[in-house]
Amino acid sequence: MSAAMKVLGFGLQNQLRSRWILGYALVFALLTDALFRFGGSGPRVVVSLLNVVLIMVPLVSVVFGTLHVSSAREFIELLLAQPVGRPSLYVGLYLGLAVPLAAAFAIGVSLPVLLHGGAGTPGLGVLLVAGVLLTFVFTSLAFMAGVRFDDRAKGLGVALLGWFAATVLYDGLVLLAATLFADYPLEAPMLAFALANPVDLARVLLLLRVDAAALMGYTGAVFERFFGSSLGVLAATGALLLWTAVPFLLGLKGFRRKDF
Amino acid sequence: MTAALEVRGLRKSFGRLPALRDIDLAIETGRVTAIVGPNAAGKSTLIKCILGLVRPDAGRITVLGQPVGNDPAYRHAVGYMPQLPRFPENLTGREVLAFLADLRGGDEPDEELLGRFHLEGALDKPVRALSGGTRQKLNAVVAFRHRPPLLILDEPTASLDPVASGILKDRVRHDAGAGATVLLTSHVMAEVEELADDLVYMVEGTVRFHGTLDSLRLRTGEKRVERAIAALMKEAA
Repeated sequence: MSAAMKVLGFGLQNQLRSRWILGYALVFALLTDALFRFGGSGPRVVVSLLNVVLIMVPLVSVVFGTLHVSSAREFIELLLAQPVGRPSLYVGLYLGLAVPLAAAFAIGVSLPVLLHGGAGTPGLGVLLVAGVLLTFVFTSLAFMAGVRFDDRAKGLGVALLGWFAATVLYDGLVLLAATLFADYPLEAPMLAFALANPVDLARVLLLLRVDAAALMGYTGAVFERFFGSSLGVLAATGALLLWTAVPFLLGLKGFRRKDF
Repeated sequence: MTAALEVRGLRKSFGRLPALRDIDLAIETGRVTAIVGPNAAGKSTLIKCILGLVRPDAGRITVLGQPVGNDPAYRHAVGYMPQLPRFPENLTGREVLAFLADLRGGDEPDEELLGRFHLEGALDKPVRALSGGTRQKLNAVVAFRHRPPLLILDEPTASLDPVASGILKDRVRHDAGAGATVLLTSHVMAEVEELADDLVYMVEGTVRFHGTLDSLRLRTGEKRVERAIAALMKEAA
């Protein structure tokens, strides 16, 4: 077994005992259950969940990710003093957090869905995929910030700022741009705007699959018109994977060069 | 005598702040060497360069003939005891030890220190429930468990009680007697006097003195190591 897999296994073992991860899964389970009880039908549950997923998954991934790198600093130093290469260690540490976070989300949502017999709900699979992808994207962004900034508060601050920009500020700015330049053809810029924000991408991904055109927002509407459904899904997924890979590789590069 | 550790032309700056200026050092096999010096002398940076935690700007280090660089293999030969140990809080000491043993691979671990510290009972508690002293004992066990030929100990007895500290010192002397090379930092000069064969005195990123304790006494005309080092400090100033 490679060193990365050993570090991953150890990370999983550690996270399984963490009350935070269990609590995170529980929050999604309770929320999904409540939405089924009060909201009724499956598709409405999925759309309601979407808004929570888009805010909460990035937030939790960002907070856990930066704290994971900075609070484990001394232990990471001890691990680096063992016969393990830095890339293996980084991969193991990253997956050791991203995998349990993604699993907690997916299991937390899936259990109540199965309980309420909503397994066939359209859009549910995409919601799970979007949530898992967002976990990987924001964990890799958080690791990048955690590696870059030695100061715990600074790393967390920068990561939270990124989260705030992506989830809250961004939509406002896009809307502002759309209003300001309403007289110009905006399709291409809007498309670029959607690709440039992983949260927007996840939203578009889901709304392309669920028939909820009214909820799509400006970027989503443009996306659908431009790509059509299937191609749009592929493009959005590909862009999200890129959003995972690029920060991950930048973080790895920083980790390899870092002085501990 | 062959050198267990060789440092040649080692240089490192953090930003514009030089931490190590051209360090040359050869540590012979089987010797216990104490690195002492005022704060910011570069002791930690030197140790971290040897461990591969800090990347030097220039120079090269070899551990038992293996170069320190991107290949982590040389660290099979190194046991490290950091000053402030932190282990994953949710796991038990036993799980941490099992993981580190798995990561290192190799022989059946040596449980002598574990037994002498009477850690067996504490090993099944989560690390977060352990006291500072118990964590430090666990830390020592991790460093010595694989009988590494090179031991790097950063303030090893800092948070240990006198009994545990005695056990650890016995182990250091024992391993050195069996051929291990030991590099340690300490602020307690009595401990340096008790444990070390050689002394490296660092100031402002340079090595000002490297020799046996006896040669230090001879040079400074002081009997006690503490006084001798004080004399070195005055010399340097």
